[in-house]
Amino acid sequence: MTEPHDGSHEIQAYADELLPDPGLEEHHWRPTDVDPKAERRAERQVATLFTLSAICTILFVVSYVTLKTGTDGQVWLGWGASNLTLGLTVGGALLFIGTGIIQYARKLMADEELVELRHSASSSKEDQATTVAALQASLDESGIGRRPLIRNSLIGAVGLLGVPAVVFLKDLGPTNHDVTESQPYAGAGLEHTVWKSGMRVVRDVVGTPIRPGDLEIGDLVNAEPEIIFGKEKGVSLEESEVLEGAPLQIAKSKAATVLLRMNPDDIVSPETRNWSVDGIVAYSKICTHVGCPISLNERTTHHLLCPCHQSTFDLADSGKVIFGPAGRHLPQLPLGIDDEGFLVALSDYPEPVGPSYWERNTHSVRDIFEDWQDENGQAAEQYGYKETDL
Amino acid sequence: MRFLNRSVGRLSRHRRRPFAGLVLLLLALALTGGLYALLSPASSAQSDQTEADKAAKGRALFLVSCSTCHGQNGEGLKTQDGKLLGPSLIGVGAAAVDFQVGTGRMPMAQPGAQVQAKDPSFSQDEIDELAAYVASLGAGPAIPSKNDYDPSTYESDKAKQEAVTLGGQIFLTNCTACHNFTGAGGAMPRGGYAPRLLDTDPKHIYEAMLTGPQSMDTFSNGNISPQEKKAVIAYIESMREQPGYGGFSLGGLGPVSEGLFAWVVGIGVLVGFAVWIAAHTTRSTKKKGTAQ
Repeated sequence: MTEPHDGSHEIQAYADELLPDPGLEEHHWRPTDVDPKAERRAERQVATLFTLSAICTILFVVSYVTLKTGTDGQVWLGWGASNLTLGLTVGGALLFIGTGIIQYARKLMADEELVELRHSASSSKEDQATTVAALQASLDESGIGRRPLIRNSLIGAVGLLGVPAVVFLKDLGPTNHDVTESQPYAGAGLEHTVWKSGMRVVRDVVGTPIRPGDLEIGDLVNAEPEIIFGKEKGVSLEESEVLEGAPLQIAKSKAATVLLRMNPDDIVSPETRNWSVDGIVAYSKICTHVGCPISLNERTTHHLLCPCHQSTFDLADSGKVIFGPAGRHLPQLPLGIDDEGFLVALSDYPEPVGPSYWERNTHSVRDIFEDWQDENGQAAEQYGYKETDL
Repeated sequence: MRFLNRSVGRLSRHRRRPFAGLVLLLLALALTGGLYALLSPASSAQSDQTEADKAAKGRALFLVSCSTCHGQNGEGLKTQDGKLLGPSLIGVGAAAVDFQVGTGRMPMAQPGAQVQAKDPSFSQDEIDELAAYVASLGAGPAIPSKNDYDPSTYESDKAKQEAVTLGGQIFLTNCTACHNFTGAGGAMPRGGYAPRLLDTDPKHIYEAMLTGPQSMDTFSNGNISPQEKKAVIAYIESMREQPGYGGFSLGGLGPVSEGLFAWVVGIGVLVGFAVWIAAHTTRSTKKKGTAQ
């Protein structure tokens, strides 16, 4: 290899030695090129396929308009007629256009064979050298290397331009703190739910309050706060206090709670025991990972599993994460009993429920418990709570 | 008489054949067995036997089939290294027995992550006897009556329709997490699974809610009332009758089976189609201008 190393020449050198160019084979014509009858037949086939597509599209519109959906819709062969025909016709319409185009291209479009040579993808050495020289020259001419004052002040100015963006973005919406301060409706914002001291724990769907004696060991109840059903202590609220519309749905989803009765001896952590009533514990139903509702509970192990990403929480031990991607334990709702013997919450959840967010702090269960007891312990005594030093 | 003589004579000709002895023996055995089944005292037992009689019979069955794991008095047994062999049956009630034995889960074929349902090993009478015995060990939920669980006992179509609506909401809140919103079941931790509900007998669904088999939570009557339980069963029945509005349900298991179908069958068919198109040559051996 004494030749200068420019790429194309090198490839040429190998090609000359190893692979003599076989040239193009003799061109085989298609029946449609040589036989006018075949050509007309192919033309008709393609047109037929396009027509079938058009018919499918029309049938789609017809079935959309005529076939009924819902529980009283037509049923063919055990399938909903509307969905079946909509799917088949729109599928057919697309399929026939595709098949028609392929048939058209293979049978009738121009049929030429040609050779295109491959070239090296990189620029030539001269072009590369010229470009680098030009860049270097402009750097030298600007003199940025010799003037560090200018360079540093420029970097500072451009860097500072990020600050207006941060200021604007920060004020795009109310912060969680602002929402908590203003409370446009009960339990608004990420920090709080509608649970409050003395609010009864009721069964979801039916809204009936629960006595501890109703539940046997191993029972799991999907619960909600009584306010969701427009009541307080069994009495209907005034119209102005009843939640409805979006605030109701938000309140309901954030306050969702699982209630579980276990053998009191199975409870591991003292915090969980203090917040329980006769082995009945209540936890947020919203996973601390990304907020899926969780209620896959294993009665025998008290492990609550989230179906989305398999985070598993131990309900006997302060909702500790024992498996999966969740970063925080499941918040526990402190329970008590009101003067009519129904289960009530002793307060809101002692910490925000659901997934983490920007301003959220993480504390240990012990710290959360002690802070909660300092603040709510006395008020909770009317619902049978006893202050304890752990 | 002549006809009989001739038949006996014809049969008698075969008496020295090599298998004659064996055939005679089998005939004799079948006759003895048949007569015993007809005349033995066991099959003429009265149906109005007392609970105590049933429990006594159940205890006999229990000692043979259940006591190896659950102990001779249903107190439960542990293995030498302290693992649970069979839980205590005191206080589980007749409903638990009717569910576990009636769905074939007990007697268990082998220990494992999940107790498999199979064809029951006992007749319903025997299951009732076993249930009577276990119920006598300690108070527990009783076997529900037909009126409790059978949705066909609603007095009107309207009442049933209302029950389906209520039952649907209760099902979606309490059951879908494990059993899937189509009732097709789903995976649980450590190799277990929540079984499919669509083929389960209404009585067994009711008993499962009442007793919480294996790792299922219990939904006692104080948790979900008997009427609500019946409504849930009515909803599950209505799902059985529901046509496939979206075409093939593919087991109703969600993204796993649907994704598998799309990737394997859907893309497979497209690839096959592409190969088929490319495999067919459009070339002709004829030269241009020769075919006229």
